[in-house]
Amino acid sequence: MQAAGLTKQVLSGDSPLTILHDVSFAVESGDSLAIVGASGSGKSTLLGLLAGLDVPTSGSVSLNGTDIFSLDEDGRARLRGELAGFVFQSFQLLPALNALENVMLPLELAGLRDARQRAEDSLQQVGLGARAHHLPKHLSGGEQQRVALARAFVTQPKILFADEPTGNLDAATGAQVIELMLELNRAQGTTLILVTHDDKLAARCKRQLRLAAGQVQV
Amino acid sequence: MKLYRLSFNLLRRDWRAGEWRVLLLALVLAVGSLATVGLFADRVRQALQQQAQSLIGADLRITSTRPFSPEYRKLATARGLQVVQSRSFPSMVSHGERVLLSELQAVEAGYPLRGKIEIDDGTLHVAQAIPTTGTVWVDERLLRRLDTQVGDEVGIGARRFKVAARIVKDIDQSIGFSSFAPRVLMNEGDLPATGLLQEGSRLSYRLMIAGEAKQITALKVELQTRLSGNEKLEDVRDARPEIRTALERAESFLGLAALTAAILAGAAMALAARRFVARHLDGCAVMRCLGAQQGQVLWLFLYQFILLGVIAVLFGSLLGYGTQAMLVQSIASMRDAELPLPGVLPVLQAAVSGFALLLGFAFLPLLQLRKVTPLRVLRREMGAPEISGWLVYGLATLVLAGLFLWQAGSLKLGLAVLGGLLVGLMLFGWLAWLMLHGMARNGHLLHAQWRHAFNNLARHGRSAAVQVVALSLGGMALLVLTLVRGDLLQGWQSKLPPETPNRFVVNIQPDQLEAIADFFPRHSLPVPEMQPMVRGRLVEIDGRAVNGDSYPDPRARGLVEREFNLSYMTQMPNWNQLVGGQWWSAAGRDELSVEEGIAKTLGIKLGDLLAYDVAGSRFTARVTSLRKVEWDSMKVNFFVITTPELLQDFPASYLSSFYLPPDKVKAGDELAREFPNLLLIDTGAVIAQVRGIMDQIAQTVSAVFLFTLLTGLAVLYAALLSTQDERSHEAAILRTLGADSRYLRRLHLSEFAVLGGLSGFFAAGGAVLLGWVLARFVLEISASLNPLIWLVGISGGIMIVSLSGWLATRKLTRRPPLRILAAD
Repeated sequence: MQAAGLTKQVLSGDSPLTILHDVSFAVESGDSLAIVGASGSGKSTLLGLLAGLDVPTSGSVSLNGTDIFSLDEDGRARLRGELAGFVFQSFQLLPALNALENVMLPLELAGLRDARQRAEDSLQQVGLGARAHHLPKHLSGGEQQRVALARAFVTQPKILFADEPTGNLDAATGAQVIELMLELNRAQGTTLILVTHDDKLAARCKRQLRLAAGQVQV
Repeated sequence: MKLYRLSFNLLRRDWRAGEWRVLLLALVLAVGSLATVGLFADRVRQALQQQAQSLIGADLRITSTRPFSPEYRKLATARGLQVVQSRSFPSMVSHGERVLLSELQAVEAGYPLRGKIEIDDGTLHVAQAIPTTGTVWVDERLLRRLDTQVGDEVGIGARRFKVAARIVKDIDQSIGFSSFAPRVLMNEGDLPATGLLQEGSRLSYRLMIAGEAKQITALKVELQTRLSGNEKLEDVRDARPEIRTALERAESFLGLAALTAAILAGAAMALAARRFVARHLDGCAVMRCLGAQQGQVLWLFLYQFILLGVIAVLFGSLLGYGTQAMLVQSIASMRDAELPLPGVLPVLQAAVSGFALLLGFAFLPLLQLRKVTPLRVLRREMGAPEISGWLVYGLATLVLAGLFLWQAGSLKLGLAVLGGLLVGLMLFGWLAWLMLHGMARNGHLLHAQWRHAFNNLARHGRSAAVQVVALSLGGMALLVLTLVRGDLLQGWQSKLPPETPNRFVVNIQPDQLEAIADFFPRHSLPVPEMQPMVRGRLVEIDGRAVNGDSYPDPRARGLVEREFNLSYMTQMPNWNQLVGGQWWSAAGRDELSVEEGIAKTLGIKLGDLLAYDVAGSRFTARVTSLRKVEWDSMKVNFFVITTPELLQDFPASYLSSFYLPPDKVKAGDELAREFPNLLLIDTGAVIAQVRGIMDQIAQTVSAVFLFTLLTGLAVLYAALLSTQDERSHEAAILRTLGADSRYLRRLHLSEFAVLGGLSGFFAAGGAVLLGWVLARFVLEISASLNPLIWLVGISGGIMIVSLSGWLATRKLTRRPPLRILAAD
């Protein structure tokens, strides 16, 4: 993955507010990168741009050789479906679907026939085989994040985007989730882009990118 | 900061954010439709009242064959009421060599008190006064039969009068045989000079009274105790059974329209309130965190709700008033009727109903906000606290039931519609849930995108079922007011088909039967049925002698004191309906069939032995059947029918009714000339009037239902909005997971198509059911509904819901997912 001159401005009242300014870097396949920085430094915005969930004011991101902003929103969605997995701070499970159905979702979107079987396997892997038919609201935070991990890895993505995955969890549970995530990452050889403000967690990634006021600090 | 000020600040902020719009829109529409229905119904009632008044020319009328006690006039004037008297009697009118039996009516200045007479004295206009001395106004039939015209002179008694005008539109008629002779209106002052007022003149006196409704009612009560046996008191309601039926049906119909609007508004508000609560859970949790007590949170929103209610009631009332005024303007007969302004009461009713709806459909969801746990600040996934479903639905049902009974004004109608509706709703919801799950289970048979759509719907089973129910309700209202209403009105109006008999022939002698049967084919008219009639007096019921004193009810007393028109036949007329007992067989002897209404009035039951006195001789027979008679069918009807052997030896005359097409009017004159003893009665005017009222009601109902339609669309809008947040969130996650916009669009369209199809199916089912109930129990007609309703319902449901759904969700596929996820 390669990011070049990424800039994001939004309008705050009448004046433009720069959230990211001229961010450039590259990540090799199989690498892991931690994006760290204080609150409001632009970490999550950067992650969103890297994953093509939002569009930059200027700059480019190329993923697996494809300039993702040359694609339209649908093109980016297809690319995400093929290559990327996601873990969010607030889990982002669909509340009306049970754990199994949440994990099946990306497989169903890809039109795979054995979605159920693969989703069940994936839930087994994160140790939630027994809770497959529970709705998210009946699961603890740690369990929800494990469902999210199962959903992220079930498609065997080339790259995993994780946004403060432990932000909503207590230290012990957070640590468990991180171990699980890194283990799955290793097992599948996935590239990892991780946003965190936890320096200890960041240290477990191969590289760190520190943001301050929207700019990369060297 | 004071709680209410904080509350209003929040309201302002929420208003800018668009949070209140749906709820306000629903409430404004609810109040608006209720106010429109209320105000408009009020004015329709006034208009119908005016029309009915014009039938008797007053608010109250006393008729008698003897002069009135001067006391009546005094009583009326003491109450500030207007009084006019008229005298009428049959007399010969001559022109050249021709003479014609006519009905003369001599009237005082001020006549008529209600309604207008239209005359043509060279120009067509509404009469401003009564005929001046020495002149008369006559109707078309007299001009035709005497071969005369306006400006000519005619002889009446000892004097000659100038025909000053032709009466175009008449009032003050009643179905009495004598009053259907051609009519001559003259000045009361001219009457003595005619020399016709002699001993033995068959004079009929009418005292007409009009004025303030309260005084009229009071006077009516006062008069009822003083009237003698031959004095008959009529007000608008009992002037004509057929008008009364029309009025009652109109009120049923309008009440129903109001109900539908109220239900739909409630549904829209419930959906809007649900969305409102969902969107305010976070804010409430934060406030609770910051130390707000449950009561404070409740009041914070209660203030807003009350203010919202006030605003909605204001705007709704204005909307209702405006719409009502426009409706009145669009209906010519109402525009010309110079109706008084509508009262405040309907607006107050609408306002109270609006607040009741707010209470019934939005208050309990609001209570949920009070119970939000502050923990939600930490654990957002904690949803709204659960409230007992029974409580929510119970309160809504209670409020609806109250409104129904209030608006319908009829326990039967209110409970029938409400009961049907509630059962329907539960059935719809349950069936929808069942069908969605059934389809999802068999999903492997379907294409992937449909399977996903079904899975999605089934996974949201409860919410989808609620949407199906709300949409079915809207759809049902739409179908009821388009297809079903049309069919019902048609069925109802066809009670008076174009070929409804418009002439009565009375006094046919037995030896004329053959000649008359010959007359009709000669004029290319079908031979009408001729029924024998024998006059007899009821003297005993089950061995008890009866006379006027046996009954306190003046109507019953009048009936017993009069001679009945009895008839005999072997077959029951097919326009009568058997409601008790059995019609006699060919060999039946000594049996009677009685009309159910008169049986009730006189306390006659099946099996009773009745004795009649016919021309001095008596016969006794048993009541073996009760009949229901369509009095507004304009056909010959009898209260009491006997087996032939009882009456066939008594002297009888025959009577008949038939339809005379407008182009054959001359044949009617011919009949009168060939058989001078016949009394030919023109009921065309009455039919036209009844039909006019029916048409007006039909128009009114269409107009009032237009509002129901708008409310139905508000339900659809609210239903879509209420799930939009969820959809938007889901769409963002799906996009993140790789779904493209085509997939999302197809997914949404499939879901909406399924929702719409199901809703349409249920809507059609509900409409058919409701139509049947209405036809059977309210309008009392046999229902034959258009089978197209299923096709229209299902395809319409798919189209409307898909289109609205597409409009509401098309943006979801365009916004970058991060903005939606970040906003959550």
